[in-house]
Amino acid sequence: MNASATVTVEGFVAESLATHGRDPRHLLQHLIRVQQRFSYVPDAAVEALSVALDVTRTQVRAAIAFYAFLHDRPRGAFEIRFSDNITDRMLGSRRLIRLLIERLGLTGLPAWGRDLVRPDGRASVGLASCTGMCDQGPALLVNGQAVTNLDAQRVDRIADLVQEGIPLERWPGEFFRVENNIRRRGLLLGNPATDGAAVRRLLDAGAEAALAEVERSGLRGRGGAGFTTALKWRFCREAPGTDRYVVCNADEGEPGTFKDRVLLTDYTDLVIEGMTVCAGVIGARRGFLYLRGEYRYLLPHLESVLQRRRAEGLLGTRILGADGFDFDIEIHLGAGAYICGEESALIESLEGKRGVTRKRPPFPVTSGFDDQPTVVNNVETFLAAARVVQWGGYWLRGEGTDQSAGSKILSVSGDCARPGIYEYPFGTPVHQVLSDCGAENTQAVQISGAAGATLSPADFDRIIAFEDLPTAGSFMIFDHSRDLLDMVRNFAAFFAHESCGFCTPCRVGGALLRNLVEKVAAGQGSEYDLSEMRRIGTVMRRASYCGLGHTAPNHVVNTLDKFPLIYGRRLARASHTPSFDLDAALSQARALTGRDDIGAHIGDGSEVSA
Amino acid sequence: MSKTFKLDGREIPFETGQTIMDAALAAGVYIPHLCHNPEFAPHGSCRVCVVDIGGRQVSACTAAASEGLEVDNSSEAIQETRRAILQMLFVEGNHVCPACEKSGACQLQAVAYYTGMLAPHFTHFFPRRSVDASHPDVVIDFNRCILCELCVRASRDHDGKRVFAISGRGLESHLVIDSHSGLLGDSSFAATDKAAHVCPTGAILPKGRGYETPIGERLYDREPISIVGDVRAHEEEVV
Ligand SMILES: Cc1cc2nc3c(=O)[nH]c(=O)nc-3n(C[C@H](O)[C@H](O)[C@H](O)COP(=O)(O)O)c2cc1C
Ligand code: SF4
Ligand code: SF4
Ligand code: FES
Repeated sequence: MNASATVTVEGFVAESLATHGRDPRHLLQHLIRVQQRFSYVPDAAVEALSVALDVTRTQVRAAIAFYAFLHDRPRGAFEIRFSDNITDRMLGSRRLIRLLIERLGLTGLPAWGRDLVRPDGRASVGLASCTGMCDQGPALLVNGQAVTNLDAQRVDRIADLVQEGIPLERWPGEFFRVENNIRRRGLLLGNPATDGAAVRRLLDAGAEAALAEVERSGLRGRGGAGFTTALKWRFCREAPGTDRYVVCNADEGEPGTFKDRVLLTDYTDLVIEGMTVCAGVIGARRGFLYLRGEYRYLLPHLESVLQRRRAEGLLGTRILGADGFDFDIEIHLGAGAYICGEESALIESLEGKRGVTRKRPPFPVTSGFDDQPTVVNNVETFLAAARVVQWGGYWLRGEGTDQSAGSKILSVSGDCARPGIYEYPFGTPVHQVLSDCGAENTQAVQISGAAGATLSPADFDRIIAFEDLPTAGSFMIFDHSRDLLDMVRNFAAFFAHESCGFCTPCRVGGALLRNLVEKVAAGQGSEYDLSEMRRIGTVMRRASYCGLGHTAPNHVVNTLDKFPLIYGRRLARASHTPSFDLDAALSQARALTGRDDIGAHIGDGSEVSA
Repeated sequence: MSKTFKLDGREIPFETGQTIMDAALAAGVYIPHLCHNPEFAPHGSCRVCVVDIGGRQVSACTAAASEGLEVDNSSEAIQETRRAILQMLFVEGNHVCPACEKSGACQLQAVAYYTGMLAPHFTHFFPRRSVDASHPDVVIDFNRCILCELCVRASRDHDGKRVFAISGRGLESHLVIDSHSGLLGDSSFAATDKAAHVCPTGAILPKGRGYETPIGERLYDREPISIVGDVRAHEEEVV
């Protein structure tokens, strides 16, 4: 909890260095520990880490400024961050934020990147991008621990606990309960059990044969882009290098996605088994599980599974007694950055740096972690790969479509009776998901997260598959009671906040887009602003450096096309409205000159021509 | 016979490993660029060098040249995309061209002219940024920084110093200086560093030489950037 007076910053850093090593690539992990302990990263820690790890203090400070969960000034002893995804808002989070602020005696409202801190240091209230609890929101994080199912009573109680300074360990356990909410099981979710069968199969059949099964299965990546998994593994296996690495992408940053959380909770062994099999195929000795900071509550569980598997001989040296088959996994925590789900930014972050996208080519398969061949796969991909090696490629082929073998796990949230996890064969139409989860009166579905596509009822016969509607798994439902512009505003703010800032179109375009969306929402927009939004969106899609910028304007462009009324009914009359009030800007000059006659005024905005 | 690709219909020879930018520069064909400088590893951040290959846009400074490519470097569509990117760079910082010491010898300004950008177009952000005049020989005006990271790369890869870095993220990204106070004067920076001579805008300027060449007679006042090329190639003349 809060820094007790007995441990100095220097002492804490020294201990962290002694326990976790002085590899400069562990910088981010040390910073996260310091942040947890002191509610910020004090200068003394910056100095100590920069000396011990031999990195510039600027690099340390730059990392602190990059990651949303690291701070250079104290937050509250209770650092509270409300999940601010549109689904949280739909469940009433805004009202609850106000309630907590009031109860804690704070004033104002937090904005993205701007927290309210109580002067006595007891508490701070801020916002976080989607924390992955959309099926049991509204949610918040307190000192990194997820609290779900917020309502007024719960928020009231939290305010009391904070006021009384009750340590988190003594807060009611039910606050921290996270449900799996698995509503429909298919190929993958049907059976969580494994006893190392995939690893055994790999050892019996050999790496080539295992890879051949993955090839036969047609398995494609479940993280969104859908790259053929076997091809990725083969490229990596055949790339020259001294070491090789397996990385499990558990960043799950896409708003509305939470299926990886469930897989990491109850299908942990299978996920790790998939990583182990991959290591056997490509010849890796080390693997990393990159866990988003929002899921840090899963750490003890994940560590214990890794430990048990080491004891069972399924991880470590000479796995199942096989000479030369050595592989172990480290968990690396993220610190609040959506871009770190992008595989090259993830690798930068693994190396302790700011999560800025790398230049490609070279791709991670040839030059990834430590510039060595690296496979990065999604959590669900590893799970599927483990089963494919265990049960053979045809098993997966038995379901799905021509180009999309097997099943897809969806995270369903928003306006429906039964939000949660649903597994479907590829080829399932959208309307089937809607009727299964009890969605009524549906106006729109946002598929594959903020970066995905907005579907109108005309799209509901389309199928979930790489050849029609590819998805990383997010499925957010909006009924007719919703104003879709609220969704657009939320996503536009999200992308402006999450752009890594490296390239011009995404960094500046994202902010311009957000500002225009707000201008329209405030009733000050015109047709001209809408065409500007399209123009900026086009430039971002075309010219951005990575997938974040390429997809960031999707929601705006999709809704302009399919739901023009959400914009149209708000437009001011004129074809052009200036973004500032010319007349008001002259008020100071009028005061100074003492003139206030009609000639000293400019007509109101709507009369000013473009 | 060497390998070639087509740029605006013209055959450009290249060797394996060259980017489209490398090959075009070698052939004397201009592709607008800001974060690129052949002396340093390509970066790909400004996106001003976008070209179109069969409907797909890539940055010429990072895309490998390959046999038979048909590259569009000058259609109105490509120029329009570049113009928008430049307009974004202009509204993001505070650029007061008419009063700027670098005016007429600034690559940002020259590339803007080249693409036909006539106005900043978007709503200005007017960020609050500082000027750092703590160093005896050089002043940094952060208002004009376009985050091209050329000084970062020059200091790290050439001077062996790591004086500069980028901090923050998104629109909050900004250039920072590695010294205890964060000021250039307290860093190991020297006017003789490569990093002092790579900035494509007026963000890093030598002190005590203001307006040596009158406006109107400066590098890009005389000839367009597509003819005379990068400002760094004319260091002696313009600084
Ligand atoms: C901005 C951005 C965010 C991403 N976030 C994630 C993520 O959270 N999880 C994930 O598995 N893939 C994410 N990806 C995709 C990864 O870059 C990569 O394609 C994926 O991890 C590969 O695994 P797969 O082949 O198993 O799908 C993201 C991509 C982009 C451009
Ligand atoms: S598109 Fe550009 S600014 Fe946006 S996240 Fe990717 S590299 Fe960073
Ligand atoms: S100071 Fe100049 S060289 Fe350095 S990043 Fe800014 S614009 Fe580029
Ligand atoms: S010059 Fe190519 S992206 Fe900047």
